[in-house]
Amino acid sequence: MVDIRYPIGLMFTILGVLVTVFGFLTMSDPGMYQKSLGINVNIIMGILMLVFGLFMLILALRKRKKE
Amino acid sequence: MKVDMSWIDYLIMMIYFVFVLGIGWFLRKFMKNANAFLEAGRSIPAWVAGLAFISTNLGALEVMGMTGSGMKYGMLTTHFYWIGAIPAMIFLALFMMPFYYGSKARSVPEYLKLRYDEKTRGLNAILFAVMTILASGISMYALAILLEKVLGWDFNLSLWVSAMIVLVYTYLGGLSSAIYNEVLQFFIIILGLLPLVFLSLKDVGGLSGLKEGLAPIAESGGYATDTFVTTWKYTAEATSNPLGVEWFGILFGLGFVLSFGYWCTNFLIVQRAFAAESISAARKVPLIGAIPKMFIPFLIIVPGIIAIVLMSDPGKGFTLPLDSNGRPVYDYTIIMLLKQYLPAGVLGLGITALLASFMSGMAGNVSAFNTVWTYDIYQSYIRKRTENHEADDRHYLNVGRVATVCGILLSIASAYIASKFGNIMDFLQTIFSMINAPLFAVIFLGMFWKRTTGHAAFTGLLSGFLIALTHHGLTAPIGANTLFKGGWIAVIHDYPVEMAQNFWTAIIAFTVATTVTVVLTMLTKQKKTEEELTGLVYSLTPRISDQHLPWHKRPAGFAVLVAIICVILSIIFW
Repeated sequence: MVDIRYPIGLMFTILGVLVTVFGFLTMSDPGMYQKSLGINVNIIMGILMLVFGLFMLILALRKRKKE
Repeated sequence: MKVDMSWIDYLIMMIYFVFVLGIGWFLRKFMKNANAFLEAGRSIPAWVAGLAFISTNLGALEVMGMTGSGMKYGMLTTHFYWIGAIPAMIFLALFMMPFYYGSKARSVPEYLKLRYDEKTRGLNAILFAVMTILASGISMYALAILLEKVLGWDFNLSLWVSAMIVLVYTYLGGLSSAIYNEVLQFFIIILGLLPLVFLSLKDVGGLSGLKEGLAPIAESGGYATDTFVTTWKYTAEATSNPLGVEWFGILFGLGFVLSFGYWCTNFLIVQRAFAAESISAARKVPLIGAIPKMFIPFLIIVPGIIAIVLMSDPGKGFTLPLDSNGRPVYDYTIIMLLKQYLPAGVLGLGITALLASFMSGMAGNVSAFNTVWTYDIYQSYIRKRTENHEADDRHYLNVGRVATVCGILLSIASAYIASKFGNIMDFLQTIFSMINAPLFAVIFLGMFWKRTTGHAAFTGLLSGFLIALTHHGLTAPIGANTLFKGGWIAVIHDYPVEMAQNFWTAIIAFTVATTVTVVLTMLTKQKKTEEELTGLVYSLTPRISDQHLPWHKRPAGFAVLVAIICVILSIIFW
């Protein structure tokens, strides 16, 4: 029917890029990360989502190649 | 208590909505008949169905309620995830799925029809259809209220927009769309709530800081210092733990009756396994779901426990909104933690996770409702199959689509009723969920005792349900200030907490249903032949041979692995 890993991979890749870029853009904002205990949680989660998204896309592409 | 969201948060939410609707749009071309729409063509891979199996259970009320329970009961809440889920999921996989899937039944009520008779199916189908609509409406109301109070969104707007998104993707892609989106929602929920756990834990000084912070709070409540971080240690007596239930109630009430009634016979959950691509895949579905199920407490219960410490330290500035009686609303714990720790960006991810949990729960209810309505009510009592199977199939596909629209509209209506008469709706949901324990008794006897008769099963199911109702009417939790909590006939027994009352209601209902079914079976004649019962009863069904597979690919081997993980977790947090 459809390999669900494509939409999952694509969505998390897009979200990962978006959140990572936003994290870098707001890096120098002094008040931005006060409530997350000074940790730039956007960069961390953005990279995590990006890696997860790409991993799902690679799995889906590998399966298609096999078939 | 409002949370300020920025453009990035709304953008994240929009991207999620686009993908959810896109999956429904993409799948619409595959919806050519009722089988594809209502049963996903029995073509779903095991890992997809397994994650959907858990995602359906991760509704908004579950996420919000269990974090709140974590704040009230500590690690004792994990009983709902370990002893209250894993044994039942293993039992479903190893012993029940071969009959559910192998019998070609399209729903749990249809299995009852094949195993027993029409009246037993009818009773279950009607009660189940009403229950799913009530559950869906209450969940929708809870979400709309949350969005109104926390984000400042209009109640009506958030109710209709969230319902319409679920309607569009379930109308276009049927059960397949609901299942695929549940997998997407599962990952969004995990990633959206993950930063919360790490940030809040870091704020209280890690695990050791958390234990130190909890000790004086437990002591001031009259409990041992480590009560909030243990699960079984203080369950010898009901009064020595905040759950208010002793080990027998937890083990038999939750671990056996309630959990087996929910995980093994609730069609809302097992429908995901029914949609699997083969009998082998169907047996793996609950086991695949069991793995994340065991670790979800660290995502939604641990933040609730951390909130206990945060609340006790005025310097942290963490508070919960109060209800009209001045008591904290524990269900808002998770959203207040999101507000406390997450900056713009990941905040949008966290709010989207809550929306995703709501949608997965609601889509689960709607897809189960339209299957039961179409196959077990409409096809059985309104328009039966004719000679023209092709025309029938098209007709039932349209009925399924109309049932999807009606299911959503009825859910919206029940959400509005809940907004006016919240107590009545909660009460009705409590009443209708009382069918689960006697239903498990009847299905269990039907699967493992070929002698069980239809008349006995129907009477057992009905008497178990009625005795549960009577028990609820004659007992109440201490301090209950409304008849909706019980005692609406007379109060002849008080329970320390509502949880204990629920556990014992289920135990008594199960015991009565089992006794009545066994006694009446002895007194009535079995009308089904052994040939008719083949594939439906354990002793008359050939065993599935999987000896040629490596141990980890066999359901039994996988089940042992799941059980070992569950035991290890229980020992660590004993």
